[in-house]
Amino acid sequence: MVRHCGVYRAHGSILVGGVMSLRSPLGRVLGLGTAKDGTSHWWGQRVSGIALAVLGLWFAWSLATLSGFSYPEAVAFISQPVNALLLLLLSITMAWHSYLGVQVVIEDYVHSHGLKIASLLLSRYAHVVLAAAAIFAILKLGIGA
Amino acid sequence: MAEFRLPKNSRIKKGKHFAAANGSSNTRTYAVYRYDPDSGENPRVDTYEIDMDNCGPMVLDALIKIKNEIDPTLTFRRSCREGICGSCAMNIDGGNTLACTRANDEVKGDVKIYPLPHMPVVKDLVTDLTNFYAQYASIKPWLQSRTPPPPDQERLQSKEDQELINEPAACILCACCSTSCPSYWWNSDRYLGPAALLAAYRWLVDSRDEATGERLDELEDPFRLYRCHTIMNCTQTCPKGLNPAQAIAETKKMLAERKY
Repeated sequence: MVRHCGVYRAHGSILVGGVMSLRSPLGRVLGLGTAKDGTSHWWGQRVSGIALAVLGLWFAWSLATLSGFSYPEAVAFISQPVNALLLLLLSITMAWHSYLGVQVVIEDYVHSHGLKIASLLLSRYAHVVLAAAAIFAILKLGIGA
Repeated sequence: MAEFRLPKNSRIKKGKHFAAANGSSNTRTYAVYRYDPDSGENPRVDTYEIDMDNCGPMVLDALIKIKNEIDPTLTFRRSCREGICGSCAMNIDGGNTLACTRANDEVKGDVKIYPLPHMPVVKDLVTDLTNFYAQYASIKPWLQSRTPPPPDQERLQSKEDQELINEPAACILCACCSTSCPSYWWNSDRYLGPAALLAAYRWLVDSRDEATGERLDELEDPFRLYRCHTIMNCTQTCPKGLNPAQAIAETKKMLAERKY
């Protein structure tokens, strides 16, 4: 390992935070240990993905068969209970699926710890706000109209 | 952020050209990545014209010919020249493979040779695989069993059980797969990569091993395992024709099976 350190210094490959690490390679790989997590996330992506495939088909079919895209026609569509319910499910599932996906993108590409946490927080809040806004709009049109 | 551009001192400059010796009509150009850390210079790509009438059939033969006859400073790893040691893994014609099993004829046009992608370069085509080997060590690649072995014989295994580990056990740890994986490029400090995960799978499906649960515990991590996004570069590039992507998918299924 002593011989290797010279190589590392030359390349900066094992520079951790600008300081050369004397920790063993295995120690670095083991790091903070396993999070014993990730299966729920993976499963959630599949559950929401399947749901979106079905709901997405319904939504595409609904748009295609909608008599028109004027405000009264849209309100008439949403005031049908089945349509309102499916739209709610679509909005919630889409926000959930999108959050899971954006989280993976952030974890893949954002490596500065502070920026990563900030991005994850921002993404989570933004998705909740989007979902809440969609739910509110659907309820308002579906019930209030 | 992930680095999408090479650092300034890693950007590749134009290198030297070595023309073929007079009289050879059947020549071919090899463009080879060169980097010498002691020179303080940027990496460069040197081009060598090679007389193919006096060269062996494989890319490794051409590299050895360059080192022996044209430029002895060229540095690369090689040993068995028959695809079993994994030493001469490098990026040839845009894909990771073994120089000793890739025929010159399989490559169209100039033969472009680079070190394994996104790894620290020690010199020329030699990359630093310390982290890669440590990741392999981290998955405890040995039999773990609480049942003591029978006193008078080895641990028995059915033919079908052996067939499950035949393929994953054929991995030679050349690192072609891991270094072809974008997830590994961006997160090799935490993502184990296809090679280590294939090795882990080899022990997960070993009927004699009794640490399956502990092994799955160690793998169940958003980074160690789940950075795999099924890109499948690993399977496409494996010079031994193995399927790390499937092994990873099977591992994810095992984790789902014990949870749901």
